[in-house]
Amino acid sequence: MLLEYAAIAAFIFVTILVGFIAIILGMLFGPKKSTDVKAMPYESGMNPIGPGTRRMPVRFYLIAVLFILFDIETVFLLPWAIVFRKLGVFGLVEMAVFIAILLVGYIYAWKKGALEWD
Amino acid sequence: MTQSDLITILPLLALVVWACALLLVDLFIPKGRKGWTALLAAAGLALTMGLTLAQAGREASGFGGMLRLDGFSTFLNVLFLGSGLLGVAVAYGYLKRMDLERGEFYSLLLFSITGMMLMAQAADLIVIFLALELLSIPLYVLAAFARPRADSEEAGLKYFLLGAFSTGFVVYGITLVFGATGTTSLAKIVEVLAAGSLGTGSLLLTIGAALILVGFSFKVAAVPFHMWTPDVYQGAPTPVTAFMSVGAKAAGFAALMRIFVMAFPSLSADLTPVLWALAALTMFIGNIIAISQTNIKRMLAYSSIAHAGYILMALVAYGNPAVAADSVASALFYLVAYAVTSFGAWSVVMSLEKPDAKGLEINDFAGLGRRNPLLAAAMTIFMLSFTGMPPTLGLVGKFFLFRTAIEGGFIGLAIIGVLTSLISAYYYLRVVVTMYMREGEPQAEGEYWLTFTTVVTALATVVLQFLPAALFALAAGAVLK
Amino acid sequence: MSIPLSWYLILAAALFAIGLFGVLSRRNAIAILLGVELMLNAVNINLAAFWRYLDPAQMAGQAFAVIVFAVAAAEVAVGLALIISVYRRRKTVVADEIDLMKW
Repeated sequence: MLLEYAAIAAFIFVTILVGFIAIILGMLFGPKKSTDVKAMPYESGMNPIGPGTRRMPVRFYLIAVLFILFDIETVFLLPWAIVFRKLGVFGLVEMAVFIAILLVGYIYAWKKGALEWD
Repeated sequence: MTQSDLITILPLLALVVWACALLLVDLFIPKGRKGWTALLAAAGLALTMGLTLAQAGREASGFGGMLRLDGFSTFLNVLFLGSGLLGVAVAYGYLKRMDLERGEFYSLLLFSITGMMLMAQAADLIVIFLALELLSIPLYVLAAFARPRADSEEAGLKYFLLGAFSTGFVVYGITLVFGATGTTSLAKIVEVLAAGSLGTGSLLLTIGAALILVGFSFKVAAVPFHMWTPDVYQGAPTPVTAFMSVGAKAAGFAALMRIFVMAFPSLSADLTPVLWALAALTMFIGNIIAISQTNIKRMLAYSSIAHAGYILMALVAYGNPAVAADSVASALFYLVAYAVTSFGAWSVVMSLEKPDAKGLEINDFAGLGRRNPLLAAAMTIFMLSFTGMPPTLGLVGKFFLFRTAIEGGFIGLAIIGVLTSLISAYYYLRVVVTMYMREGEPQAEGEYWLTFTTVVTALATVVLQFLPAALFALAAGAVLK
Repeated sequence: MSIPLSWYLILAAALFAIGLFGVLSRRNAIAILLGVELMLNAVNINLAAFWRYLDPAQMAGQAFAVIVFAVAAAEVAVGLALIISVYRRRKTVVADEIDLMKW
């Protein structure tokens, strides 16, 4: 009953096989000369600037954490938007309450200076 | 939202709104004046307590049966709010003294209590999951509240990692139960199980129930899922530890009782032996390891593990319909006894604690009997109550627990309970001996609210034992239907 | 012809087991957190599969899945904040080295 998927399985198998063959051929027959340029980190063709393990200001993490929170909460907006007309005023009030709660967190983060860059 | 919905969540709603408002108001209270935040938090808790008490005796169910208001939830909500009030009382002076005065403490405390109340009222697995997270996440932050003190941060991280881990178990178990029965409502699960014919689903159901049990065993710190407890209890700021040892444990047991007594009585044949082993192991290991502790916070942590075992002992008999009501009632009764005693003991610990986690060795209690007879007497009462000796509430609580175990036919377990209580006498009484028999010059903190808490809990521990019938009747009225 | 429900359940169980293994075997706090996230994703697969196969008209499973991942995000945010806070002080997030307290 799963025969329809056989083609996909074969496709995946062949893809992986081709990948392996390419790598193995390269390993077997390719010349192995290491130069400084080759050992450089790849940065889209530009010359790399500074060491690879540069320190980031911790503010990036702070902003990222805040982003995760506010980003994920929008997931509740999507189903609400779809049935918005059916829910009517009740849904609108409900969503206003939800946003108000998020807003409390936002005001808190703002007043605490979590959104300041300096 | 219907009227019934509103009645069901009124206290909860009040507390949520209050907590959100407190978070914002605190932003405008200048540093050094955080006493106002504490006062406002206490006012919010008192208001919610008033609403809860005004609803006592009422029964309602809201949001399509997802939330309930009944004797069980009222009883536990009063316990949570009471421990919240005591928590604010002991935290106020402590935060000031340890230079930790940040207003978020109180908002987080209120949010955590909201989660606990939601747990007590939940009648649906989704709500139980939500409540579990709502009560845990603020506690993770609170455990790390003494930042930048390294041991507190470490406690927060450990509590978070193991808490999130255990949540994974709970929620995976919930999905399996949902898959087996097709519903997350506890009442409907009972109907589906009564109708029978689950087929292969019954295996899913049993695995799901077992996973839920594992997850909540982490929360209530039952052996072998207790590893986090001593580290977290030691590292967290002491008011948080006190609140956690009472509130989080009670909430964990609330969920266990709701889920197992309400929805899974039919699984008792599979689960009773597991619960039996959990209870026996927890009592035994908790008490044995506590003996070798020299730090009072760690000792009380192991004592808290051991007490989880005693409460589990009452729940072992949950599947027997003749005893189920008694088993819930005696567990609730013991939770109250434990809450009062534990809060008192922690408040004494706080009186002696010095900045940078000094003054927490049991040896630091030497000479307290002479230097500060009031504190020493109170600590003696709490230690006696933990052991289960007269004249304290702990004795009455243990009596009910053992009676339930014996009524349920678990005489072996009751014997283990008595034996481990005898073992525990050794390390509890060692504290008393240290206080009265050894020389030392401990400096106790005489802050008003802290002393107040110590005195109130000590009095409650002694006085409440004279009216066990009244308290037990309240607990018995709280039984799940 | 469709894939039977049990396949999804096996996938979820495998994912849960991988996450469990990650939590138990990894020493880095971030990796432990990743393991926990895998466990929660297993939960979501379970929920989606049960919803689709048992009773597609009833929304409980879907709603539960959304709640699970929204709450999980809140949990992760708190967890990452704790990890950063520990890292700033100790310069390590390796669980074995976070050992001020041992029994």
